[in-house]
Amino acid sequence: MGALMLAEGGTFQPPGADSFFLPPIAGGVTKPMVLVVASAIIVGAYFLIATRNLKLVPGKGQFVAEFAYEFSRNKIAREQIGAKDFRPFVPLIFALFTFVLVNNLFGIIPIIQFPTMSKIGFPIALAAVVYVVFHGVGFARHGFLGYFKHIMFPPGVPKPIYLLLAPIEFLQKFVAQPAALAVRVFAAMFAGHLILLVFTLGGEYLLLEASVAFKPISVVAFAFAIALTFVEALIQVLQAYIFALLTANFIGAALAEGH
Amino acid sequence: MKVSNIVLAQAAEAAGSINPGLAAIGYGLGAVGPGIGVGLIWAAVINGTARQPEAQGQLQGIAWISFVLVEVLALIGLVVYFIASAA
Repeated sequence: MGALMLAEGGTFQPPGADSFFLPPIAGGVTKPMVLVVASAIIVGAYFLIATRNLKLVPGKGQFVAEFAYEFSRNKIAREQIGAKDFRPFVPLIFALFTFVLVNNLFGIIPIIQFPTMSKIGFPIALAAVVYVVFHGVGFARHGFLGYFKHIMFPPGVPKPIYLLLAPIEFLQKFVAQPAALAVRVFAAMFAGHLILLVFTLGGEYLLLEASVAFKPISVVAFAFAIALTFVEALIQVLQAYIFALLTANFIGAALAEGH
Repeated sequence: MKVSNIVLAQAAEAAGSINPGLAAIGYGLGAVGPGIGVGLIWAAVINGTARQPEAQGQLQGIAWISFVLVEVLALIGLVVYFIASAA
């Protein structure tokens, strides 16, 4: 990162896209790679441990696990997909929610402090999984041509409008919506991390390398960094919820029996 | 006229690339729409809750879905800023 290199009182190098290219730790393995694997292990281990010795009156660990599962099962999957066919998709929705949540929260946990979803590759991989699932389900439910008809020619629309609507709906479902799904979480994590970097590195620069008159301003910078960390926590949880919610929404839309 | 032309040319030279500046202006303009959109969404939630407090839960649920669709436009604008300021 530029600011660390210019520790001899050079001009402030604002953090930019370069701040996200972290140097490899050992032989091509970088910190985001380690974090993604670690998050998968954390999620798996947490739920395995929390669901051992299930009690009727849950202890704290079991309560959190049950809350996360019940939330993604009822509020997300059942509401969006419908009570009839939501059950096969609960594991996917649950996994996406918890995985994206843990990865996002890495951005504000001290020492880790890197939201892995701010590297575009990870959201793209998740969106690819979602893409295959909801289109696969749609083709399975409606048949090959039937699915295209279901998407591009929704019933209840005056005939000439179909000329405009069909290409738009096709592009929406096959290009725009999955792409936006990936870009949404990526850009939110990217922007959030960048904001925290600006205030933290700016505060550090003001404190250490700026002239004496500017040093008190670093307090403001650090105060903002703390305040924005709380805002960032909210956004991270929200983006995880939205990713799972929109996945369920796409699946539900693909499965819908006409309008 | 000629003097101001020379001054402008010198200023353009000294400024280097203007792409980051233009990109910043572009992002700022692009954030206006989503800002208004998000405001409208939550205004509707507040109004609906004021009329019928029991509907607050449902309204908030719908609000989050639509908020995220609007917010993504502002986020895409931010990404485009980084793409545009690089060249």
